[in-house]
Amino acid sequence: MTDGLQGARCSDCSVTVYPADDACPRCGGPADRAVLRGTGTLWTWTVQRYAPKSPPYQPPPGGFEPFAVGYVELADDVRVAAVLDLDDHDDIRIGMPLTVTAGHGVPRARPTPPGEERA
Amino acid sequence: MSTDVLICGAGRTPFGRSEASGRQLAVSAVNAALADAGIDWSRVRAAFGGSDSAGLADTLVAQLGLTGLPFVNVKNGCATGGSALVSAVNAIRSGMADVVLAVGFDKHPRGAFDPRPEDWGLGAEYGSDGLMVTTQFFGMKIQRYMYDHAITPRTLALVAEKAYRNGGLTPEAWRRKPLSADEILDSGMVSDPLTRYMFCSPGAGAVALVLCSPEAARTLDGTPVTLRSVAVRTRRFGSFEVFSPSIPGGELTSVSRDASAAAFEEAGIGPGDIDVCQLQDTESGAEVMHMAECGFCEDGEQERLVASGATEIGGTLPVNTDGGCIANGEPIGASGLRQVHEIVQQLRGRAGERQVPGRPRVGFTHVYGAPGVSACTVLSR
Repeated sequence: MTDGLQGARCSDCSVTVYPADDACPRCGGPADRAVLRGTGTLWTWTVQRYAPKSPPYQPPPGGFEPFAVGYVELADDVRVAAVLDLDDHDDIRIGMPLTVTAGHGVPRARPTPPGEERA
Repeated sequence: MSTDVLICGAGRTPFGRSEASGRQLAVSAVNAALADAGIDWSRVRAAFGGSDSAGLADTLVAQLGLTGLPFVNVKNGCATGGSALVSAVNAIRSGMADVVLAVGFDKHPRGAFDPRPEDWGLGAEYGSDGLMVTTQFFGMKIQRYMYDHAITPRTLALVAEKAYRNGGLTPEAWRRKPLSADEILDSGMVSDPLTRYMFCSPGAGAVALVLCSPEAARTLDGTPVTLRSVAVRTRRFGSFEVFSPSIPGGELTSVSRDASAAAFEEAGIGPGDIDVCQLQDTESGAEVMHMAECGFCEDGEQERLVASGATEIGGTLPVNTDGGCIANGEPIGASGLRQVHEIVQQLRGRAGERQVPGRPRVGFTHVYGAPGVSACTVLSR
């Protein structure tokens, strides 16, 4: 259903990072590629209310619309930055269940369908 | 490494928009610092300085005088001023020179900074998708902090209200018109929960300091201030910084906590001994969080402290008496030295309308910037 998040995990200290990197940011040792589970909860967020400078920003074909961004805390003990694809910015709450997917561009997060949340 | 270093001269330009170039502003600030110390440029034996985007500091010798002194360029983001200061201190302590200049200056275009993802080791998609925006980071860090520690938006507004009020008492400040907390809350959301008037703006300005060994200082007139300690640190694993595609789980580490603790340890005093302080206030949330990260209160206490007036000029812990970054704007290279300049004025009793009452004896400065650097000083008279 979704593209996995291609991260990396240090074999020595279990630190997980996104995106994948060859070295662990804590110990500098080698890190192995790992696909991260995308389900988690919203750790923090904001709304980008004004159009970022272009370049580098490329607005969508319909023009800039305010969009939400945040960090989603995953079960792998890592918080991943993502654009939050949510219909109503007034409903954003820290702790809400979200699922992060990778594709073209930066990771994107959507509400986790009921029943697919981790126990 | 406890040889005293004394600040014998301090000079700054007005901050804000300027017709002058960044380099011209720097020359003005250096001349003001030299005049304050009562010395000529030829007496300066070494210099350290820099800007983020307004040119090379060592080229200033063309205007200041070609005396042949060693002049080292510093380029360290928001910590440029702090790093120049550390280098100047070490030059004196090592015996390299007895009179040393530290200078920081900058001039930025309007609007937010527009960094390039490749300069930060990030994929191009972070720029094209609109995530290379510093204000997002500031919004997200305080958003989580407010959730964890029950800080309200009104506290953020009160911090900015104080900044503009203190800016009104500072002739060289940029934003000098008082604004009420309600006006600040209603000024339009920029990056939730931060509104337009809670942010500082990139601008222009320059600051210079003349530092001396105790022997050199004794030959000068004027009122020196003792630099009790200065510490610069970079982030450790586990911190939350701007432009991070991911951050580790668990408790956050803080480079500001590390740098401030090192500065207090070297000075042999604690936060409770400080009479007046300058904390990096890129926006209101930063001042709130840095109060705790630098050890001046527990997490969450800010809600009560700010409302009670504790951080006002007449309060128990005056913070950013010159209006800070919010009222002065942020010329990156100059900002850290502006903080020291203000504490020097306060400890000398020369801060005019914004003078902290009761003759403050000990001050503290803290600068923080991307990608996780902090410089702190402890000063006393």
